[in-house]
Amino acid sequence: MIEIDGLTKRYGDKTAVDGLSFVVEPGVVTGFLGPNGAGKSTTMRMIAGLDRPDSGTVRVNGKHYPKAPAPMAELGILLDARSVHPGLSARNNLLALARTAGIGRRRVDEVIELAGLGEVAGTRAGGFSLGMGQRLGVAAALLGRPQTVVLDEPVNGLDPDGVRWIRLLLKSLAAEGRTVLVSSHLMSEMAQTATQLVVLGRGKLITEASVEDFTGHATGTGVLVRTPETVRLGQLLAAPGITVINDGTDILRVSGITAEQIGAAAWRAHLPVYELTPTHASLEEAFMQVTKDSIEYHAGATR
Amino acid sequence: MTAVMGTGLAPAHAAPAPAPAPAPAPATVAGPVTQVRVIRAEWTKLRALRSTRWCTLITAVLIVGLGALIAGSGTAYHVSAGNTAAAGISTALLGVLFAQLVLGVIGVLAFSGEYGTGMIRATLAVVPARLPVLWAKLIVLVGLVLPVTMVCAFVDFFAGAAIESSRGGSVLSLTEPGVLREVAGSSLYLTVVVIIGLALGALLRKTAAGLSVFAAVFFVIPIVVSALPQNIRGFASYLPSNAGGALWGTPQDAAHVLSPWTGFAVLCGYAVVLTALAAWRLRRRDA
Repeated sequence: MIEIDGLTKRYGDKTAVDGLSFVVEPGVVTGFLGPNGAGKSTTMRMIAGLDRPDSGTVRVNGKHYPKAPAPMAELGILLDARSVHPGLSARNNLLALARTAGIGRRRVDEVIELAGLGEVAGTRAGGFSLGMGQRLGVAAALLGRPQTVVLDEPVNGLDPDGVRWIRLLLKSLAAEGRTVLVSSHLMSEMAQTATQLVVLGRGKLITEASVEDFTGHATGTGVLVRTPETVRLGQLLAAPGITVINDGTDILRVSGITAEQIGAAAWRAHLPVYELTPTHASLEEAFMQVTKDSIEYHAGATR
Repeated sequence: MTAVMGTGLAPAHAAPAPAPAPAPAPATVAGPVTQVRVIRAEWTKLRALRSTRWCTLITAVLIVGLGALIAGSGTAYHVSAGNTAAAGISTALLGVLFAQLVLGVIGVLAFSGEYGTGMIRATLAVVPARLPVLWAKLIVLVGLVLPVTMVCAFVDFFAGAAIESSRGGSVLSLTEPGVLREVAGSSLYLTVVVIIGLALGALLRKTAAGLSVFAAVFFVIPIVVSALPQNIRGFASYLPSNAGGALWGTPQDAAHVLSPWTGFAVLCGYAVVLTALAAWRLRRRDA
């Protein structure tokens, strides 16, 4: 479990994280979303005790992490930027970390195999591709079988096989009752892996919700109705809490009411309906909607 | 007390089998962080790095090779009132002046190498108390440099003495006044110099900055100061290289103001202050 309370971090006059509070529960995969510069990596660094908060607290498994007697049992972390020594082999990078907690070579070899690094374990990590480096970083995070796992952009640079490996790995870690917090820019990947979400924008919490609730409240979730009687059906359905949008074609976009209710209402009023399709906003659409006001770095329009 | 076991009869009030709990996480394999474990971790890194092997080899070549070269060139050394055995040995240890730069690289890199590559984040994430990392690096560096340079210094002495006497020079002995102190002292000097390099690396975090400051302190400033007029360079003997040089009799500077062990104590003082600053910065600053 990760409990973050009133966390604030300033670098000079820029506030990277601003009064952030949220809880990451064990047993599920929690996605950590936000545009570039939203403060995800800074938050993760503070969870690992690498950056000191200006105010607020972070507790990992109920403890103040820097004071944990056996840190590698509490937290395994993969940071966004590379954190391996290029002059050391993959095995020695892992062994050096393992030694601090009295973890033996057998476990080191185990995570090497787990991460699919068996053939390059003796090679200097400096020659690794981005994907290999990520695998090594994930292996390091798993070394101590930690209760809580925090991964910043783990699928960055991974091949499809690696992406699938991470997806299954995160789910199995959560199924074992561990706490899993993972950030990613790949929304489709996140939608397949995470069940809970924490969304940041400009260092502040935008929302903390299940993936279902998050996409359910986004525009785009509702029912698409194709009918020649758009005006009459629209009037029929209109009620508080229900929105009906007609873009001038024979299509109505209705939200706040189920497809069954619309179908029944149309049938009672003898209005023909040619199509009745429940629609769901994708995680990406939902994400774009909630973060559009807090995107720090807008891409220029392409010409 | 008697225990009845294996009767197959369970008491009627035996607790039922525990209800299936949510899949428990497999036990962790990670134990507590101890200073000894962090030392082992740092030794794993230091031993595996190529730079360590190269710097150690170059150090040995510089100390022993340069000493043998000096002993074997020029006129054979004859001990007299003006040419003490100690002065001769001090000259044969000239390689220490160059070895200190090579060892300074190892010292600075111990931290700056980790900051430069990003490994420091992994290191400090698993040792969030941080200070054990500094002490461990210090201990493994001393554990490497002290024995290596001690062996080199004695090999240098015995090789140099053998070469001199074979060329008809005086037989130099470790029992001559000051000789043992200089030979062993050169190793002590280099060991403290490495600690200063380590502290600079931890304080400045960048390899280029650490090496520049190190080279400035141990090479450039002493040379610049030695060119100053006599009356305003009284502080020169308190520069780290000159103060520490008093212990092994830096060849270039005949007029040491400080006595050998006072000078060494001054050098150690620099190391202690810099290490304390490094510890403070490591604790306080974001990694």
